[in-house]
Amino acid sequence: MARTIIPFGPQHPVLPEPLHMKLVVEDEIVLEAIPALGYVHRGLEKLAEIRDYHQMIQVVERVCGICSMIHSLCYCQGIEEMMKIEVPERAKYLRTIWSELHRMHSHLLWLGLFADAFGFESLFMQFWRIRERIMDLNEATTGSRVIVSVNVVGGVRQDLTPEQCSWILTELAQAEKELKTIQATILNDYTVCKRTKGVGVLTKEQAYDLGAAGPTLRGSGIAQDMRQLKYAAFDKIDFEPVVENDGDSFCRSKVRFREVLQSIDLVRAAIAGLPQGDLAAPCKGNPEGELITRVEQPRGECLYYMKGNGTKYLDRVRIRTPTFANIPPLIAMMPGIELADVPVVILSIDPCISCTER
Amino acid sequence: MLKMTPTVLKNLFSKSSTRMYPFEIREPFPLYRGELFNDIDNCIFCKKCEIKCPSQCITVTKDKESGTGTWTCDPFACVYCGICVDVCPTQSLRMEPNHRKPSASRDMIEMVGKIKMPKKKKAAPKKAE
Repeated sequence: MARTIIPFGPQHPVLPEPLHMKLVVEDEIVLEAIPALGYVHRGLEKLAEIRDYHQMIQVVERVCGICSMIHSLCYCQGIEEMMKIEVPERAKYLRTIWSELHRMHSHLLWLGLFADAFGFESLFMQFWRIRERIMDLNEATTGSRVIVSVNVVGGVRQDLTPEQCSWILTELAQAEKELKTIQATILNDYTVCKRTKGVGVLTKEQAYDLGAAGPTLRGSGIAQDMRQLKYAAFDKIDFEPVVENDGDSFCRSKVRFREVLQSIDLVRAAIAGLPQGDLAAPCKGNPEGELITRVEQPRGECLYYMKGNGTKYLDRVRIRTPTFANIPPLIAMMPGIELADVPVVILSIDPCISCTER
Repeated sequence: MLKMTPTVLKNLFSKSSTRMYPFEIREPFPLYRGELFNDIDNCIFCKKCEIKCPSQCITVTKDKESGTGTWTCDPFACVYCGICVDVCPTQSLRMEPNHRKPSASRDMIEMVGKIKMPKKKKAAPKKAE
């Protein structure tokens, strides 16, 4: 049978962002996928030359809408390490709470989109209804739904009152209850299993060799999570990375579903151990030196390289986002799957194209 | 599909999760950063908001001859981070928890106020010779 090349994207109904793939197909079976990136390059890293290091916090938050809090957390940690600022304990716990809330709403958004990709509209709405609770928590505690702008160099800007803490706990208990009711559907339903089980398999060796990150890596059976590096308050809060062994799309969605429940537990632990104290340490001087910081985003490991020269402008900010690491594994998943499964497999790595291209 | 049926039936008989938006509007959360206002009488035109603003949407100019200052904000460039409110020394800037209304033209918020002249320091008493 003759080979055909089918373009997937840049605009495709299942992906809100422009990702282009040339699919080499033979009889509806994909033989090879060739990615093309660079449709939404914005040059945010270049802005470090004309925005000072305080203003860059707001810029790096806009690298990605969904994990904005964790981007600024990573950036602030790097600057604090360069300037040797000791962050107050309370600020570390608050950063943990908000970053876990972000992880939850990102995963719930993805679970909804994933259900939508294989045509399960009802499940999509269920997940998004739960997500709305988390968004309300963000809005009420920080002042904004998605891009929360709570991090400053040295700590955080907002505080949580005891009433807000107890409200967060009740909302999370309700969200957990609702998640449990649809757990059977996402994990055991015939429709879901038929579309996802055994589709886009990434073996443990492939995941390790190609440098996969986040749920893609943990779905293939490697227990690696950047939160094990003990940043923010994760040195005080114990947790085990969520691991699944089969490496298919189903396992990746299962990892994400279980991580939502894990994040609920982490927020509870952080609220239970929330110490009293200052919100931010004073910040004087300018950053000097170069370093790399890493944090765990909903999609995986995020890496920041920063170089300061002693002035208020940084020499260089380089961001490597998890989706960039996950594109070689995605290409490895493609050969052998059916054309109809391509959207499911692409969505299963949770692609964030604006992240990748900054 | 059977596993979803109880949830679907429950949703069918419970009340709607969404609201009829333009007719029914949710109360805003008190901390929500919706709209930026300047209380121009308290403003001292110190330019701190202009310097700290990450999106550089605020411009402050002073005209010493006429004794007036102008505070201009481009609401379409504003990212509503609230940094200017934090750094304002006289608390003349504030954020209201309501969304800005949509508009068909690009309007700038321009406010003109009087510059407060610094109080003249009393002349230091001459040292006894």
